[in-house]
Amino acid sequence: MSALVVESLSVVFGGFRALDDLSLAIDAGEIRGVIGPNGAGKTTLLDVISGITRARSGRVTLGEAIDLTRSSEAEIARAGVRRKFQRPSVFPALSVRENLEIGCGAGCPPAERSRRIVEALTIAGLESQADRLAGLLAHGEKQWLEIAMVLASDPRVILLDEPVAGLSDEETERTVGLIRGLRRPDRAIVVVEHDMAFVEAVADRVTVLHEGRTLYEGAMAGARAAPRVIEVYLGR
Amino acid sequence: MNAVTGSLAATRAAAPMPVQRRYDAGLLGLVAALVGVALILGLAKPETYLVNAIGQLAALAILAVSLDLVWGYLGILSLGHGLFFAIGGYVCAMHLSAHAYAVTGTAPDVMQFMGWASLPFYWTGMTSAPYALVLAIALAVLVAFLFGWASFRSRVNGVYFSIISQALVYVAMLLMFRNDTGFGGNNGMTSFTLLFGFAMGAPGTVLTLTIVTILALAAVLIGCGRLVASGIGRQMLACRDDETRLRTLGYGTTALKLKIWCLSAAIAALAGILYVPQVGIINPRVLAPDLSLEIAVWVAIGGMGRLSGAVIGAVLVNALKFWLTAAMPEAWPFILSGLVLLVVLVLPNGLLDLGRLKPTWLSRGMPR
Ligand SMILES: Nc1ncnc2c1ncn2[C@@H]1O[C@H](COP(=O)(O)OP(=O)(O)OP(=O)(O)O)[C@@H](O)[C@H]1O
Ligand SMILES: [Mg+2]
Repeated sequence: MSALVVESLSVVFGGFRALDDLSLAIDAGEIRGVIGPNGAGKTTLLDVISGITRARSGRVTLGEAIDLTRSSEAEIARAGVRRKFQRPSVFPALSVRENLEIGCGAGCPPAERSRRIVEALTIAGLESQADRLAGLLAHGEKQWLEIAMVLASDPRVILLDEPVAGLSDEETERTVGLIRGLRRPDRAIVVVEHDMAFVEAVADRVTVLHEGRTLYEGAMAGARAAPRVIEVYLGR
Repeated sequence: MNAVTGSLAATRAAAPMPVQRRYDAGLLGLVAALVGVALILGLAKPETYLVNAIGQLAALAILAVSLDLVWGYLGILSLGHGLFFAIGGYVCAMHLSAHAYAVTGTAPDVMQFMGWASLPFYWTGMTSAPYALVLAIALAVLVAFLFGWASFRSRVNGVYFSIISQALVYVAMLLMFRNDTGFGGNNGMTSFTLLFGFAMGAPGTVLTLTIVTILALAAVLIGCGRLVASGIGRQMLACRDDETRLRTLGYGTTALKLKIWCLSAAIAALAGILYVPQVGIINPRVLAPDLSLEIAVWVAIGGMGRLSGAVIGAVLVNALKFWLTAAMPEAWPFILSGLVLLVVLVLPNGLLDLGRLKPTWLSRGMPR
């Protein structure tokens, strides 16, 4: 069953089409990798799904009925769609624990919240950092904290924009385990990344975007072999 | 996998930084000091002009705290906070005039200038202090709500918001300069003779007013201190640093900003209410754009994002201003500009940086 359906989505900045009649369906229980060269529209796609950018046309449907193109960022988040940004976006003036507390969402009852914070701290491996200011964390720890913040709300759709950008090989490997651990039958996960090996390791299927359109959809092995994809990645 | 986090934890644990530190540890000390000052004043009863000056400083400090709440903690720089201060001040002045009129029968300036036989209808009820108090706060909150709602809802932020807030206070000044509004026009309102039936300039009245203002400042600090340390306070800091991020975590930031903005306006109005009886005058110049800018300078100099910093900045700058405008008035704008440059270039976190600079000099290379 599709958890998230994107139908003929177009986004225009000035005269430039960042997304061009793009359609995509992501199943519950799936981890979908989205790859593509710089400027392909990957971040724009996540921006539309999370309500930050308005689409010129098209629809994004969550579950059976909710049309996300008509909802505010906060409504979308409360409907269970959470997102990690390309530039690590943690709140630097708050401690790790307080960041997670905010990540739980406003309506979370206190007992449930403490439980989730402990769980998120463990998953992200940040137990010993709980009371440090997030602004003082190392880059990799910020990436994990942001994923943990996303997780703390128990979302049904998780959007991750370049979760291993700037991480060491060791840290990347750890992140693979972390993301695979987020998989659940009732949860759809979208991972945008440039690191092919990483995408191959975490994703069930990949979508290759190019100039706002789908170039390929299917297994990663197939993407590596597809002539159109090779052409785009080799720059011609 | 655990080895990675373990080693990271080890390298990071070298310089632990307790979270509580940013919750303004100086605040409780400052509140205690304020209560102490109020006690000493009450017992020692110093010269009335000194008591009066301290009271004025305390009122201006309340104004600075109101701005720090929205600027330092929520990232909304208002360059029009003089508007809310003036609303409190004007309503207080109306009450004082109406009260003296009712008791002594001497018509207020407003009526005399305009040759009116009676006060305009909107002065009705102004003889009642509780009514005036509620009206002043309610009016400030209403104006703040309308302006804030229109701005935040259409996501007017940053510099644009600052400029519009400055324009708003400027428009209000032009309006109040008109003589036919019933608020004294250019001359404003002055020569208040009575406060709750007591003679205005009498030492006892001045002392009481000053003590009340200091205690009001202490109460505002305690209230705001608790607010910024609460869950709402954490949302404020989050909103200040990354509003979009906070929205995508399911928080309606418009409502949050609106609430704190209105609270800030109410506190600024309270400052105006307490200030006017102490200076004995209000006129449209409190709405001058440069006064509103100056409030931001006090906060920046004291250290924004620290409530105690706002108080220290307001008190130091205004004490300096009191002294200099008497000694060499023409120098004040240059000194103020110099202070701003000093803060921007040397002490980006205001005077509170001074305390932190010292250990850095002593042990070179120590992380701040
Ligand atoms: N707010 C905006 N205004 C104008 N153009 C934009 C805006 N946001 C994105 N673009 C443009 O849209 C195109 C797609 O951008 P997007 O950020 O979605 O790419 P991406 O696939 O995420 O690339 P990268 O891998 O570099 O992150 C780019 O050419 C970008 O310059
Ligand atoms: Mg991107």
